[in-house]
Amino acid sequence: MSDPLIEMRGIVKTYPGVRALDGVDFTLHHGEVHALVGENGAGKSTLIRILTGAERRDAGRVLLEGSPIEPHTPVQAQRLGIATVYQEVNLVPDLSVAENIMLGREPRKAWGAIDRRAMDRRAEQVASGLGLHVDVTQPLRSCSIAVQQMVAVARAVDQKARALVLDEPTSSLDAGETEQLFALVRRLRGQGLGIVFITHFLEQVYEISDRITILRGGRCVGTHVADDLPRLALVSLMLGKAAEAAATRERGAGEVAPTAPRRLEARGLWRRGAVGPLDLTLRAGEVLGFAGLLGSGRSETVRLLFGVDVRSGGSLVINNRPIARHSPRRAIAAGMALAPEDRRAAGLVPELSVRENIMLAFQGARGWARRLGGREQNALAAKFVQALSISTPDLEKPVGQLSGGNQQKVILARWLLMEPGILLLDEPTRGIDIGAKQQIESLVDDLRAKGMAIIFISGELEEVVRVSQRIVVLRDRRAVAELTGADRHVHTVMQHIAGETGGKHV
Amino acid sequence: MTAALRRNWPLLGTALVLVVLYAAASLAFPGFASLYQFAHLFDDNATLGLAAVGMTFVILSGGIDLSVGAVIALASMVLALLMKDGGWSIWAAVPAVLAMGAALGACMGAIIHVFRLPPFLVTLAGMFLARGAALLLTPDKRIEMSSKAEIESLSSVLIQNFNLPAMVFLAAVALAWAALRFTRFGRTVYAIGSDESAARLMGLPTASTRIGIYAISALCATAGGIVQVIGTGAGDASAALLLELDAIAAVVIGGTVLAGGRGSVIGTLLGVLILAIITAIPSYHGTLNSWWTKIAIGLLLLVFVLLQRLSQRWAAGKT
Repeated sequence: MSDPLIEMRGIVKTYPGVRALDGVDFTLHHGEVHALVGENGAGKSTLIRILTGAERRDAGRVLLEGSPIEPHTPVQAQRLGIATVYQEVNLVPDLSVAENIMLGREPRKAWGAIDRRAMDRRAEQVASGLGLHVDVTQPLRSCSIAVQQMVAVARAVDQKARALVLDEPTSSLDAGETEQLFALVRRLRGQGLGIVFITHFLEQVYEISDRITILRGGRCVGTHVADDLPRLALVSLMLGKAAEAAATRERGAGEVAPTAPRRLEARGLWRRGAVGPLDLTLRAGEVLGFAGLLGSGRSETVRLLFGVDVRSGGSLVINNRPIARHSPRRAIAAGMALAPEDRRAAGLVPELSVRENIMLAFQGARGWARRLGGREQNALAAKFVQALSISTPDLEKPVGQLSGGNQQKVILARWLLMEPGILLLDEPTRGIDIGAKQQIESLVDDLRAKGMAIIFISGELEEVVRVSQRIVVLRDRRAVAELTGADRHVHTVMQHIAGETGGKHV
Repeated sequence: MTAALRRNWPLLGTALVLVVLYAAASLAFPGFASLYQFAHLFDDNATLGLAAVGMTFVILSGGIDLSVGAVIALASMVLALLMKDGGWSIWAAVPAVLAMGAALGACMGAIIHVFRLPPFLVTLAGMFLARGAALLLTPDKRIEMSSKAEIESLSSVLIQNFNLPAMVFLAAVALAWAALRFTRFGRTVYAIGSDESAARLMGLPTASTRIGIYAISALCATAGGIVQVIGTGAGDASAALLLELDAIAAVVIGGTVLAGGRGSVIGTLLGVLILAIITAIPSYHGTLNSWWTKIAIGLLLLVFVLLQRLSQRWAAGKT
């Protein structure tokens, strides 16, 4: 055991325009669970894709027990003993559990036919050896996700895997299932396997891992023994700000009168495997910020509010009217607008012009029979291009050629044209430059002052604190705190995200 | 046991429909229930059956093969041409035609796999090419075999009441069943249909399997064309028009899911028999318009796909 199981040194990976990994080091020992954490774009998945052969590195070395390896495909990596279990289980749902464990290595009779009985027996042994007791002849699709993941682990173990990468395995598991999976992980650790564990859930990081490596912006910002790293320190390493950083509250300082009309009210709103139950109230003229790590349930909540996803339970009242069967169509009719995280998914059509993209929802709402004339369209589009200071040479430029920040503003313009009473903004400032960011922030403040009710999500805590009057902190798909007034402070928010306050838990 | 029952319910449903249909036809039409007529169901539908066996592989892998009918016609033309004008013996001509068919299918499979093209389009092109080639072979679009001696000697191979076409069809079902169940190739067919990217990540040979699948489909269609020549004594360039759609219907009625991954060739056998009985009924019933068979098949197909969807919803709701 002189050499570590896996050693990655100075890994560099560049995509067009982005340096995804910039000289990252990562070491995995035998018999350890090593958590890999970081926010969106930190480079976790790129690092894992390089390790498992799904991606080629531009520079750096990967050593497996001291000898350099160069896996070009996931299959080659598996042959070397590096197996991956993905969040969306990569198995064949229609074949039996036994076949999924044994596919490609089925025991065969002398004349080449698969010996199904021997296969089932062997699979049964492998599974029960891992504490997984299931009927191996049943189709995989009839098993729970947790069992499916454990079957994937069983397949890897039977293929003599020495290193196991678990890529967000617990995202769709409930607490009991997670515990089941962790028991298996501990058993494998005891057998000397090295396990890389990727998750957004800090609780789980501390529950299962021996060491933690934090990535941020394509760099490794530290590897620590889990017991020696306080949660707050972990969160600040992930978010890249010293936990003591003072909060600035330039905007949004004003309290909202509790008499302001309630635009949106949710009680016990939840969705299985996604978020909640949570209570929310959003009043006219306020910005409600959602703070939390990636995967904490921020986007999921907004999707529920807008009716993109169907809720599993709870009630929702919009403009004092209870909504029974929700849908985006209904949300729009009730005066809501959502600018989702992913600009492509937001319906920005890159080939269409700025004007056409801005007019899309408005024209859609009017119906095609009442088409707006060219002059009216131009006037409206021009008004918003000016109001949001979208920098484009003319209204007819294809949106795909604008910068990210300007694209985001085009989406905002599209929804503002609808004059919504409730605006849901999911990461409106992600991936755009500082100047555009400030413009969007001040725009949000202006809209609020005019009486709009806004939900604002951002991965940057400072921004949430700056923009919002109230902040809901989400952790592990639950609202854990609601901060108002002087409590709206980056440090406080971080403490709640890290789960280090003994104080009020919702 | 109940679990096994639940797993195989589409197959059981098909079997139930078949039994009810057969019993009803036997009660309604005297003579329908004889062994002779039963054997004839296989014989008359051997070409469709062979095509459906090949189609089962394709649909299990999540694909579709529209070229089947055209390949049948092309095979029948080439076989008749080789034997009549080329003077080939049947023992040389049949393997040559089978090899041609398999090669054609393999080409389509390779194009689908390498260029990641939808099977629908590639086999649609194959359909036009094969049908066009069959029509180009002779100006008459039909080649009557002048000396049918060899053909007749072959087709008179009788085992009880079963003729050669029925034997070929049943042999193909048996071979396909064993191949799908007991070979790595067969299990890979299911794996590709169930989740192709997972199959690739599991290190399964997706390329060779996909090429094999379309080769088998075309091979089965070619065998169907040969059987047709044996039955009619002629090659026919306009034979088996739209037969691929009947084959797809038989496979789906047999419980194979069009999205791939689930189903069996036994189901296809039952599906072919159901279509066979439905199409045979008008010839017993003097006044029944034979277009009613289309209505019946259409309704049956609709009911089966609806049941498949409902069972998926039910299964999804459970987990």
